[in-house]
Amino acid sequence: MSVEPLPILTYPDERLKTECEPVEQFDPELREFAEHLQYTADQGPSAVGIAAPQVGRMQRLCLVDATRAKRPVDNHGPLVLINPAITNWKGFAVGREGCLSIPDYTGKVIRAETIELTAQDVEGRTVTFKMKGFEARIAQHEIDHLDGILFLDRLVSRHADLRER
Amino acid sequence: MTKPWLLLTLVGADRPGIVAQVTRVLFGVGAELGETAMMRLGNQFAIMMMVRGAGTTDEVAGLLESTRADFGLKLHVDEIDAALHQHREPDVSVIVHSADRSGIVADVTAALLEAGMNILDLRSDVGGSADKPIYIMQIDGETTDGIEPIEQCVAQLADQGLTVRVTPLQTMRG
Ligand SMILES: [Zn+2]
Repeated sequence: MSVEPLPILTYPDERLKTECEPVEQFDPELREFAEHLQYTADQGPSAVGIAAPQVGRMQRLCLVDATRAKRPVDNHGPLVLINPAITNWKGFAVGREGCLSIPDYTGKVIRAETIELTAQDVEGRTVTFKMKGFEARIAQHEIDHLDGILFLDRLVSRHADLRER
Repeated sequence: MTKPWLLLTLVGADRPGIVAQVTRVLFGVGAELGETAMMRLGNQFAIMMMVRGAGTTDEVAGLLESTRADFGLKLHVDEIDAALHQHREPDVSVIVHSADRSGIVADVTAALLEAGMNILDLRSDVGGSADKPIYIMQIDGETTDGIEPIEQCVAQLADQGLTVRVTPLQTMRG
């Protein structure tokens, strides 16, 4: 595997505003891409997730890794989520988000506090997760990328103060 | 060499159109705005903004003179050693409220400083009524020694009759 990180697209690249296509081929190339994407996320400043369109691959694949949170949080380990779909939302929480594609800016965003999602793993097997708090926030941020939505599109008032997460 | 940033502060009675008028004049001479903060304080409107490319401090004051006079503003311009792209991330939020405690800001900030908290954003307000004021303060900051000293500090403040809530903040980046 090549060890060059993939170049990360930054705002206002049009591809960050574009909806992605479903993944249909679960082959070694896909697994290699997922590893390369993880390697890319590792090079930047403390990322806990990344989505394929952030490196210009317009497919519904993202990584969610709440084990990398600075303060320990509930998590399901490092995840590759392919064709993910959120099937249930509950509660709301305000939290601060930043993005590898939007350097030097963070802002408050309201997300569902708990979610259920279904996705496929790199082998194409269906997986389901019930996530809460920080991990649920990561998944929602990354799945937004697959729909061409940035956290900037969801900013709320600086003084917004539901339960912080 | 890039031109230095100026810090403009403008304060005056809160009237519609202050911000639009001030920024229109500045953009008219090709100025660049950096970070700004503007808010109503009391019945006044206070503006702080980083500006460059509009000339010297005296030139900027001159440009804004008629706006200043029209709106009855106090205007101050300083050259400052500021820079963009230096954001810091808060990792703790402290919210305090109390009745009858006008020294709340001094007391709480002194205690938090001692506990290793660097304040990044602070708003304090007075609600209630003239004879029964309620003091409220919201602070975001970064800790130098983690959250525990902050929590201990807050417990002491609570013993003094303040209601204090500390919330760890964790920025999600992905
Ligand atoms: Zn992102």
